[in-house]
Parts: sequence; structure tokens; C-alpha cells
Amino acid sequence: MADLSVKVAGVSFNNPLIAASGTFGFGREYGEFYPLSTLGGISCKGITLKKRDGNPPPRIAETPSGILNAVGLQNPGVDVFIKEDLPWLRQQGTVIIANTAGNTVEEYCQMAEKLSETDVDMIELNISCPNVKSGGVQFGTSCEAVEDITSRVRRYCKKPLIIKLSPNVTDIASIAKAAEAAGADAISMINTLTGMRIDIHTRRPIIRNNTGGLSGAAVFPVAVRMVWQVANAVKIPIIGMGGITTWEDAVEMLMAGATALQIGTVLFSDPYAPVKINEGLNRFLDENGIKSVTELTGTVQPWN
Amino acid sequence: MKYDVRQLPLISNREIAQGIFDMRLAYHQADLPVLCGQFAHVYVPGKTLRRPISVCDASDGELRLVYQVKGGGTEIMSQMQSGTVDVLVPLGNGFDIQSGRRYCLIGGGIGVPPMLYTAKQCDRPLIITGFRNQSLVILQDDLQAQGETLLCTDDGSAGQKGFVTDLLRARIGEVDEVCACGPTPMLKAVAAVCKEFGKPCQVSLEERMGCGVGACLVCAVKVRKNGEEVMQHVCKNGPVFNAEEVVF
Repeated sequence: MADLSVKVAGVSFNNPLIAASGTFGFGREYGEFYPLSTLGGISCKGITLKKRDGNPPPRIAETPSGILNAVGLQNPGVDVFIKEDLPWLRQQGTVIIANTAGNTVEEYCQMAEKLSETDVDMIELNISCPNVKSGGVQFGTSCEAVEDITSRVRRYCKKPLIIKLSPNVTDIASIAKAAEAAGADAISMINTLTGMRIDIHTRRPIIRNNTGGLSGAAVFPVAVRMVWQVANAVKIPIIGMGGITTWEDAVEMLMAGATALQIGTVLFSDPYAPVKINEGLNRFLDENGIKSVTELTGTVQPWN
Repeated sequence: MKYDVRQLPLISNREIAQGIFDMRLAYHQADLPVLCGQFAHVYVPGKTLRRPISVCDASDGELRLVYQVKGGGTEIMSQMQSGTVDVLVPLGNGFDIQSGRRYCLIGGGIGVPPMLYTAKQCDRPLIITGFRNQSLVILQDDLQAQGETLLCTDDGSAGQKGFVTDLLRARIGEVDEVCACGPTPMLKAVAAVCKEFGKPCQVSLEERMGCGVGACLVCAVKVRKNGEEVMQHVCKNGPVFNAEEVVF
């Protein structure tokens, strides 16, 4: 039995698998399949300062080996999260990451201030949501904007701060460096890739928002490449995500440079994926005589 | 734990009308109580999403799913011939059927199947079914065994020519409450007739779905609660809603 525990920015996780924000709500539903302590952590559904209804449906479309979604950050608002969901989540025996999104930098700062007074373990800044009209990805697509929001939120944030990066950029390594320089404790990546599907009979986009974010196995190689590039550019830990479906994918993502992992879309076809991925990881480590999962991080041996 | 994924042995899976299949899985109601109007989320090998299919029947050791081939996923489902099928069942909130009340059950097109198991919970239901044309008519014998069943088609190629609402208007005085499943325009029209005659109405809605349990928030539906419009979700809050509350 290998040691699956990992540490990210001083926070200890029982295993490297974290439920990805937006696929797991606030945990209550998947908590009806297995104890949530099965997971190393939960990144909660993205929360905003005020309640949001989200986009009109349809909000999802299937794509080859993936899905497009445009939920549009439906959530009850940060105060309701703190009052009604966090106390329950805290009892589940897993690391709690609050994922936040705002219309303005000030809103991100206000949420960081509020959440710093609670017992969430970490705060993840969602500066990469492609599905809302204002805010979201606009804060995450230039080095200047990333440096600005990270440094300003840093002043209010007393918790370890994770910056969640968008893949919809030309040079993700320079964006990651900007986040690191401005005081980020960790990087999580990648959010979804912007995509579109059209119903050829109605000539309408399938998603009511016209475009949506692509996730699932289809984006996995893109995510591995980006994690590898960022791992070569920054010293802070990376939480790798994007289409992880099997334990082999998890090993690959760790080798590319991730310290911990988030999984999301795979849950929709197999709610038990985290259990299976952890079992596979453990077997792989034992079979290869590796004592700790941390020994895999960044061990890819690139060709010269 | 409320949810579990089951591997149910496939008994049969045959085409009963043009592009409409009847899948039967071995299942025991005692192990896994399914209520009328609930749905099964069916794993399709090679696909990222499960397919939500309403329960047509759950009696006599069989879970019956009647579905229409609409795309790649249901096409793969229609080719399953042996082995087990991975299903997440039962999901959602079904129809609320009380004893001592007479119900009118309305199904339109591929919304007809859940009305069979619903009819089995009702005392002398009046059943109204509507289809586009004769080639799509399904389940008439099964439904007739449960109660008086009326049939209409848009083009008059089977049963009466017209819409389910025409038949409902003529007979609504005989029933206490209406339950309906079908295309959204039909549900909207049924809800309007019920409102006109002051009869309660439950509608089973459909929306593109992700997780099936209420975590991913994609299958949104706007409903009115205490005078305020709120987003709820077909998979967790529904699929059956009080028609008065749905913002169509």
C-alpha cells in the first residue's frame, strides 16, 4: 500500500484526487454514492458575491470524447454557501476548496475577505470561466490582468491561494509566471477550452449560450502539454486537470508536473471514477516499488 | 447511500415502432423500488454522457425502458443484444398518485412510455396518447389493459385526427387531476387546459442532462416558488413538476 497523500501549499490531502469545480456541486449529491472522504478534496461549484441563476438551457452538448457546457455560474452566492453548505462540507473529512468568480476585481477581493474568516482550506480563483458575459476569463487571458487580480486578492486572502488558469491563451507559461510573481500559492489548470456545436437541422447552436467550455477526454492531451509547460516555468505546485478519465491518465498528469489532480467530467459516466483511479494509482506505485505518489510529479523524461 | 450504479442483465431490446426500442432488463422491485415517472441514467459504452430514459414499467421482474433513437448514443443502445447494462436507477421525483382520485394520464410521442407504469398505480385512469402518425404509435395494448385509452395522431393516420388537448377538453370533467409527459409545446397546452378547468396538473419535463443527480446543474428549468422565479433541475427536482409552477 503506497502513500497516496500529497501536500499543496501546506495543505495535506489524503490522496491526490480533488473533485473539479462545477461538476460536483457542493458535494451533497455525490455524497450519496460514497463517503466524500474518498476524495482528497472538493473544489466547490464556483461561487459569486451575489446569487446567480446561470444561463438559460440547453447548457450541455456532447462532443466526440467530451462535452461542452455553459452553466453560467449558477450558485446561491457566497453568504449562503458559508452559512448553509460549508458547515456540512466541513464534516465530510476532506479538503474544502472554495472556487470564486466575480464581475470585478473588487468582488474577488470581497469574497476572499469573507472566505478567509471561514474554515475553508483554500481559495481557488476562477479567472477562466468562458461562459459568463462579464468577468470570468477576461481576468485570466493577459499577464498584466493575472498579475493585477492575483496581487490585489492576495492582500485580502489569508488562505492558500490557487489561481485557476484558462487554456484559451497563446502562452500559458507566461500567465502562470505572472500569477506566481504576484503571490499565488498554487496553480490549477486547465479550465475548459471554448467550443461550439451546431444543430444542422435547426441551424442553431446546441447550447443556448452559443459557445461553451469543452471538457472530458478530448482535452486531456492539451492539458498534459500545458501542465508540462507550466511545470517547467514555475516553482509553485500545480493541480492538474482536464479530461482525466483513467488511473493511467492520472499517472501521466503527475509525470507531466502536477502535484495533485482534479477530476470532473468522468464522474458523469462513472460516479465511482475517483475510487477506481485511486485503486489503479496505488497498484501502479506498488508494482513499480514507488513508496509515495509524490515521487511521480514531474518525472517525465522529455526527448532532447 | 441513496445512489448506486447497477449492472442489470439485458433480457431483450427490440424495435416496436419506427426507431423506437423496448429494452427489458432483469430487475427486482423489492431490491430497488422504482416509482412511476422516475428515470434511469443508462451508460453507453464510448460516450461521455449517460442517456436519461424514463421508466416505462417496473413489474414482473423486468425494468422496461422504451426509447427513441435520436443520435449516436441511443443508436449504440439500440444495438445492445446481450450481457449487462450499466444503469443508475431510480433517479428523480416521479408522479404523485393518491388513492381515491381519478387521473387522466397524457402521453405525447416518446412521452407515452412513463404513462404505463403510472397507469398501473392509478384506479381506472383515463389515458390519452398522441403521436405524429401511425408509424410511431406504441404501447396501445399495454395501456388498454390498465384503463380506457384514447389515441390521436396529428395527421389522422391512426385514431382521431387532432391533438391530445382536443381529447382532454372533451373528457376533463370526468377526472380529478392530470399527469402529462411529452414535448414541451404539448405540456404547455395541457397545462393551459387544466388551468382553464381548474384541475391540478403534473408535467414530466425533459432537458439535456449531465450527471443526473443534481450536481452539475445543466438541466435547468425555471419555476415559480413563493412568487419568485428560481432555477431548478430536471434530474433532481423533477422530472415531474407542478405545471402551475413551471415557467414555460
